[in-house]
Amino acid sequence: MASPEKLKFQKSHEWTRVEGSIAYVGISDHAQEELGDIVFVEIPEVDDEFEAGEEVTNIESVKAASPIYAPVSGKVVKVNQELEEAPELINQKPYEAFIFAIEMTDPSELDKLLSYEEYQKSIEEEE
Amino acid sequence: MSTQLKNKLIFERSREGRRGFRVPELDVPARKPEEMVDKKYLRVNETALPEVSEVDVIRHYTRLSQKNYCVDLGFYPLGSCTMKYNPKINEVTAGLAGFAGLHPLQPQKTTQGILELMYDLTERLCEVTGMSWGTLQPFAGAHGEFTGMKFFKSYFKKRGDTGRTKVLVPDAAHGTNPASAHISGFDVVEVKSNEKGMVSVEDLKQHLDENLAGIMLTNPNTLGLYEEDIAEIAELVHDAGGLLYYDGANLNAVMGKSRPGDMGFDVVHLNLHKTFSTPHGGGGPGSGAVMVNKKLEPFLPAPTVRKRGSEYYLDHDIPDTMGRISGFYGNIAVLVRAYTYILTMGHDGLKRASELAVLNANYLKEKLKGRYFLPYDRVCKHEFVLSAQKMKDANGVNGTDVAKALLEFGIHAPTVYFPLIVHEAMMFEPTETESRESLDNFIEVMHEIADLAEKDPDKLHAMPTSTPVRRVDQVQAAKHPVLRWQPE
Repeated sequence: MASPEKLKFQKSHEWTRVEGSIAYVGISDHAQEELGDIVFVEIPEVDDEFEAGEEVTNIESVKAASPIYAPVSGKVVKVNQELEEAPELINQKPYEAFIFAIEMTDPSELDKLLSYEEYQKSIEEEE
Repeated sequence: MSTQLKNKLIFERSREGRRGFRVPELDVPARKPEEMVDKKYLRVNETALPEVSEVDVIRHYTRLSQKNYCVDLGFYPLGSCTMKYNPKINEVTAGLAGFAGLHPLQPQKTTQGILELMYDLTERLCEVTGMSWGTLQPFAGAHGEFTGMKFFKSYFKKRGDTGRTKVLVPDAAHGTNPASAHISGFDVVEVKSNEKGMVSVEDLKQHLDENLAGIMLTNPNTLGLYEEDIAEIAELVHDAGGLLYYDGANLNAVMGKSRPGDMGFDVVHLNLHKTFSTPHGGGGPGSGAVMVNKKLEPFLPAPTVRKRGSEYYLDHDIPDTMGRISGFYGNIAVLVRAYTYILTMGHDGLKRASELAVLNANYLKEKLKGRYFLPYDRVCKHEFVLSAQKMKDANGVNGTDVAKALLEFGIHAPTVYFPLIVHEAMMFEPTETESRESLDNFIEVMHEIADLAEKDPDKLHAMPTSTPVRRVDQVQAAKHPVLRWQPE
């Protein structure tokens, strides 16, 4: 479950794990490393709908607040309540701590996301 | 004295019945509060004010002030905050009884002095910014930004152009910019920076459509770099029907050299507390004066100061006004200080201040770039941004470590982790009031810290050790902040 090679990524550092028609979303190891200690995760509302690329929520670290963008269009069907009390889970297990899950309206949007390898390359380019 | 007693809060020093004052004898007939104030406004519980003697209060706050770090004590290179020295003559004028003793509701014929000051200050700020009039009401920079966005709103509303909902903000912008646009009801869209650290004109062009309300820009930007394409940006935004807002946080770089009005901006906010030298450590008091061009003048907050013959008056008759922005007229004592500064410096003095601020920043940048990574290696304006990324990769020493180590050496920390487009960013703004010796001392300290990063990183991780407060637990402070004392 925690193997990033099986996940899809966005340049804005979110990972996506697909289970049937549900896309789970979290942030990459690189992102949590850059952000430093995460102190607050704004838990999104279940049933809110988003277009791919739209801002869903925010997470805050000791350094900065960062938006989290929807990888695909759809409705939020699940949120990770645990993060409300323990946002540090994102630092500890970035690839297990999902933030929210979206029921996809158009799974073909997944094709636009990056593979782990492509994502790693995009980080290198950024630096 | 034990540390515990030293660190007691004023509330913890309280002893029942202890007093530091004596109320003079009542010389008017006594009346109960219930007779004068509606009962619903009267508090039910007793106030939990500390009961202390005068000497308790004096010792408590004197001790606190000695723990504080301020620009009167040492170098304060906090980027984008312009912590220049505040000349003490500003305090003399602000304390004059004719200013300090004023009441905001006094008849205007008895307040001609302060009205003249406000009028003349507005005129001088117009000259510095190249705008046509302004308001002195906003209490802080972000309040000025909010007022600026209200000008956008009022302008488009008057034109019936209500589809303009989008405000562009560069990725390097001060965080308050998107916040101000958002709270004013606009959708914020980020514009990318290019490889030179400036607004990407190519990316900007992607966002120019009928929904565009305008753009918020800082020039020089938060990397301390002058936006060379500003004329083209202004033309593009205006052609698309949008307005340009100038964030004046960095005006100290260009006073008397380059004016926002000439660059094409429609509305400009100034931080009088930064650029015009009034004390603002600890978050205030501020003054976020906002200047506008002719196009936006009809929407000024009411009242504004005007002159009729030789008489100054508060003009409330502004048909298209956005309304009030403050209860009265702004932070008057800050305005007096800023005005004093402008008169003290004069035309050439302000220009010289900007020249020296830029010279000092470039001197530091050149002396430090060999030891610290400089991501945008160009001539800077009043500030510059270094990155601790290479140190972090090599020795595990990050921007926070460098900032905390500076405290150990008696120097204020830079702004860290901002702008967001630079990893492990450290933003330094020396200001014009530092001497060569002060800058050289800072350079020496920064080199010593770079040496320590290589030889003894653990020592850096532990710093500061000699300050009144050592390293705080940032995570706990953010997650479980204790914001006020509460009785047990």
